[in-house]
Amino acid sequence: MKKFTKVLAILMVITMTACLFASCGANTGKEKSDSITITEGKLVMATNASFPPYEFVGDDGEFAGIDVEIAGLIAEKLGLELEIVDTEFGSIIGGVQGGKYDIGMAGMTVTEERKKSVNFSDSYATGVQAIIVPEGSDITSFDDFFNEDGSVKDIKIGVQQDTTGDIYVSDTVENGGVGADHVIQYKTGNDAVQALVAGKVNAVIIDNEPAKSYVASNEGLTILDAVYTEEHYAIAVNLDNAALLEAINNALAELTQEGKIAEVVGKYISD
Amino acid sequence: MEKWLQDLSDQFKLNFIDGDRWKWLLEGFENTLIITFFATLIGISIGVVIAIIRSTYAKNSESLKKRGGVGFYVLNVLDKICGLYLTVIRGTPVVVQLLIMYFIIFESSNNSTMVAVVSFGINSGAYVAEIFRGGIMSVDNGQFEAGRSLGFNYIKTMRYVVIPQMFKIVLPTLCNEFIVLIKETSIAGYVGIRDLTKAGDLIRGRTFSAFMPLIAVAIIYLAVVVLFTKLVGKLERRLRSSDH
Repeated sequence: MKKFTKVLAILMVITMTACLFASCGANTGKEKSDSITITEGKLVMATNASFPPYEFVGDDGEFAGIDVEIAGLIAEKLGLELEIVDTEFGSIIGGVQGGKYDIGMAGMTVTEERKKSVNFSDSYATGVQAIIVPEGSDITSFDDFFNEDGSVKDIKIGVQQDTTGDIYVSDTVENGGVGADHVIQYKTGNDAVQALVAGKVNAVIIDNEPAKSYVASNEGLTILDAVYTEEHYAIAVNLDNAALLEAINNALAELTQEGKIAEVVGKYISD
Repeated sequence: MEKWLQDLSDQFKLNFIDGDRWKWLLEGFENTLIITFFATLIGISIGVVIAIIRSTYAKNSESLKKRGGVGFYVLNVLDKICGLYLTVIRGTPVVVQLLIMYFIIFESSNNSTMVAVVSFGINSGAYVAEIFRGGIMSVDNGQFEAGRSLGFNYIKTMRYVVIPQMFKIVLPTLCNEFIVLIKETSIAGYVGIRDLTKAGDLIRGRTFSAFMPLIAVAIIYLAVVVLFTKLVGKLERRLRSSDH
């Protein structure tokens, strides 16, 4: 038994080290190739397809949404074939950084923290974090999460794990959040909204456009007029891949000039 | 090599020290242990009851039928209910069961840890029941007859003769089930519970590095399982001493 444990421990260490070297190797290996993407001729985009109207799985089972269409237009400009990978939101940046995906596009807000791990393209859309509550709720603004003495009320806020909504609200009160103890992180925005409908959380904080879709498809919910934060969405690209970043930015600029971005956005969002 | 070490220690600091992120892991570990512990208790309780019903039915239904009376019908119905429970629970994935519990059955409950304990307990109960039933059935019928001929009644024979022998038979499989269960709780994150896996995920989502949080989580699970296996090994050795 003892021997077995020892062998196991050694094996584990070897595997771990091998993994570490393998991940280093992947990064350096990619730079040598001429292709600006990981697989030649393909643009692999990682997203989390439960974030309407930016990305979702349409009635026909195909990916759809603003990000999906814009990525399609960019791929067309670059002469690449678009391939979409649906993964957890929290795994997207790690995957782009590790050289698993070419780009990450998931209504992703540019933050200083994220900039340390990936490069961001020029912003192609703006969003705000909205607060969803049941109709007739006592909560009418972000301040209502707090008691008069500044302490946080006995409430729970549902969020989609790893989104900016999650990261901001989970932060301490001093940093503008409510503290992690008052936050429940769900895998998808939809789960958070279902929990709100069931009364498991008092409010959901999520990007404004998905919030509208969720409220439209669930009765008895409403979005507060008071917004939580404003932010810019951009495409995440590997830090070492300056060529792809430049190509994407050029494509975005052209598409904006041709009015195609506004066209796509207008198709999904009508105010 | 030096750079590599430096990288490693930077990563360690970023993932565990900065923002007191190790506290997430500790909290997650605690929740994982709590869920596993109480789910095991529920699982074993359900398992014992069902195993006794099913094995009693299997062993005695013939003679009860001959004797007539309500006993046979009651046992028959109980056995059918247990069979249905086993079919449903073993026939559906535990993630789906957890989501059904959280979003449908316990819709109005805010205590998600309790919901997880109940769903994992009910799930584990089905497997434990079959483990125990296999154990009871594998104790030679002669043992039972010997107990009865010594003047023990049915319950006493079970309590002093059959169950102790069964326990020794099922222990390795039962240990196996516990190991499966502790790792199965890693899906608790689906319903917003911060268990160990979720804690690692949360760190990963904030530091965008996969290596440290995932390996740390893996090592903690492994350590628990290794420790537990050792304890069960000791218990098995102790039990074996009665063989001589």
